[in-house]
Amino acid sequence: MSDVSQNIAMPVESMPMAKALNAAMSDAMGEDKAVLLMGEDIGTLGGVFRVTQGLKEEYGPERVMDTPLGEAGIVGTAIGLAMRGYRPVCEIQFDGFVFPSFNQITSQLAKIHARTQGDVKLPVVIRIPYGGNIGSIEHHSESPEALFAHTAGLRVMSPSNAQDAYTMLREAIASDDPVIFLEPKRRYWLKGDVDRSVSAPSTQRAQIVREGRDVTLAAYGPLVPVALAASDAAREDGMSIEVVDLRSISPLDFDAVEASVRKTGRLVVTHEAPTFGGIGGELASVITERCFYSLEAPVLRVGGYHMPYPVAGVEEDYLPSIDRMLEAIDRSLAY
Amino acid sequence: METAETPHPGATEGRLNRVTILDENGHRGSDPDFDPYIEHVTLDDLKSSYATMLTVRRFDDEATSLQRQGKLALWVPSKGQEAAQVGSARAIPKNDYIFPSYREHALAYERGVDLRDMMRVFRGYAPGGWDPREHRFNLYSFVLASQIPHAVGYAMGQKLDRQLGIGQEEHSDDAEAGGSEATVVYFGDGASTEGEAHESMVFAASYDAPVLFFVQNNKWAISVPFSTQSRLPLAERAAGYGFEGIRVDGNDLLGVQAVTAYAMDKIHRGEGPVLIEAETYRLGAHTTADDPTKYRTRDEEDEWTTKDPLVRLEKHLRLEGVGDDFFEEANQRAKEYGAEIREAVLAMEAPTLDGVFDHVYAEENSLVEEERAWFHEYEAGFEDAETQEGGR
Repeated sequence: MSDVSQNIAMPVESMPMAKALNAAMSDAMGEDKAVLLMGEDIGTLGGVFRVTQGLKEEYGPERVMDTPLGEAGIVGTAIGLAMRGYRPVCEIQFDGFVFPSFNQITSQLAKIHARTQGDVKLPVVIRIPYGGNIGSIEHHSESPEALFAHTAGLRVMSPSNAQDAYTMLREAIASDDPVIFLEPKRRYWLKGDVDRSVSAPSTQRAQIVREGRDVTLAAYGPLVPVALAASDAAREDGMSIEVVDLRSISPLDFDAVEASVRKTGRLVVTHEAPTFGGIGGELASVITERCFYSLEAPVLRVGGYHMPYPVAGVEEDYLPSIDRMLEAIDRSLAY
Repeated sequence: METAETPHPGATEGRLNRVTILDENGHRGSDPDFDPYIEHVTLDDLKSSYATMLTVRRFDDEATSLQRQGKLALWVPSKGQEAAQVGSARAIPKNDYIFPSYREHALAYERGVDLRDMMRVFRGYAPGGWDPREHRFNLYSFVLASQIPHAVGYAMGQKLDRQLGIGQEEHSDDAEAGGSEATVVYFGDGASTEGEAHESMVFAASYDAPVLFFVQNNKWAISVPFSTQSRLPLAERAAGYGFEGIRVDGNDLLGVQAVTAYAMDKIHRGEGPVLIEAETYRLGAHTTADDPTKYRTRDEEDEWTTKDPLVRLEKHLRLEGVGDDFFEEANQRAKEYGAEIREAVLAMEAPTLDGVFDHVYAEENSLVEEERAWFHEYEAGFEDAETQEGGR
């Protein structure tokens, strides 16, 4: 992996996550001509969420490609470009539109390094705005991370704040492995301080974003702010909740969660994706194996139901909320 | 039983004629459009092409019997498609990059891939077998059509290199054809139906990618006849994407060589993409797991056996005065090659799971390392048990 930005000191600037992602791509493109952007409407329009706004003007249409409308074509040609030595960053317009490229991602992108026994590296990033709570129609609110995490050869990550969005996307672009980069679209306008000069610590590591004693609450991406709010609410009731931002979904930082659980004795995991077959189940299983005798209660999961992502009119009932997290915390403490 | 040519009511007519240079009796005809592209081909060149075709035919037969004897997990016979592969290979500049499907054994041989390495794939000992960059010949791709967008992306990169002025010295071994490079992708009539084939052609057309789509239409997608894949010859589809399509008799080595040379010339001038459909026939089974007698007629197979590309080229060579000595020697060398392949397969060293752990990711990955450590511990448990038993 090449070094993540160790360039000249730049002032810390407050910006929304969308702008931080834009800055990460812009800085990466400025440093390396091999970095290309590809996707539907990402050039002239700047992307449907404007995450790539201004980059076509800055770097030209050869490096910021408004592609034809075909996800398999986008990911498939990105693989060919990477074989040629480029570092393509593809945008899939919405989570529910990634499936036409599923074959290219899971059967090709993920496996070619292994198939060539290391001869061919594929530094391809697939950016996907994901998750719900934006009041949209079908296929615009899904959380497909478990499908990708289940595929060996892919890294999967999701930032929860502007600084992580910047450093994690820089790390994803610099990685010689393919990365599924899940952007929590309901947090695109969440502002935070971004230091573009930092040399990033590995974001394969989870981060304790709130220290606590009684229960560990693990989350990633869009639900980290909800988990922090749940922690605030619990404090008012005298409970001390430790919040872990997993950041990397594959690989998962089991060590960090284990260390936290050895301290608190309790774990609640939350994600928007359906609970069944999800990341929470994996985390529950590994933590139970690793520190069974440190656990005071079974690991509990707060996730989506086993149903298609529902219509916007009822998504509030579907999505993990502060109350549902608190309910799980109470259940855990009741053991 | 259906044949490959079941008619469709209401179907429109195609507009393209099929190019043939060597007819079924081995007589060389003329084609003013394409003759200039094979003017330089000498009788020695043709003899060399024949020797390659025969060698790969022998290799293919040997691989089929190795599979029958349980030494290969699977085999994918190329029998019948040698002219399409050798003819095109000889017209593609060495510096150009090729993406095969999985039946392109003669093409691999022409590109210098050691076919013993290829056998590691079919023995179940390696997922790839060769370094694609060394031969500018990608690995086989077993999900139909998945390699087509890769080829288009690679070609987009070849063009982008020139536009951005990067990567020239890294990628270009020589300055042949003005330093330009192109890509060729092979697929079949079955794969032509996949969505990725369509998206690839749209992308190639939109980005003026220097790529040749080379379709070997061998008439059968396992048991499904060509008429179920397409009403018209596949070359007709190129017009819909806005680039040139060419139909050629795929069992005619010289015809294939001529149209491929023409297409590569055009693509190197920046006027691609081009689609060539080589009409041929799979004389063998789809794979060794298949039984063609269940879906195609004996009459059809017999008819195509008389159109065997090796027979046609032999007829031509004999008409040109090539005698028995050459054919006997070529046969002898092909037999020796087959024996070498057998020997290599039987001597292959089995792989280890560690070798798989090594390459799941390019960078260190905590999950892989954790599982690898567990696997080593588990394996070591057996070793300890063996040591203890031995000591008893």
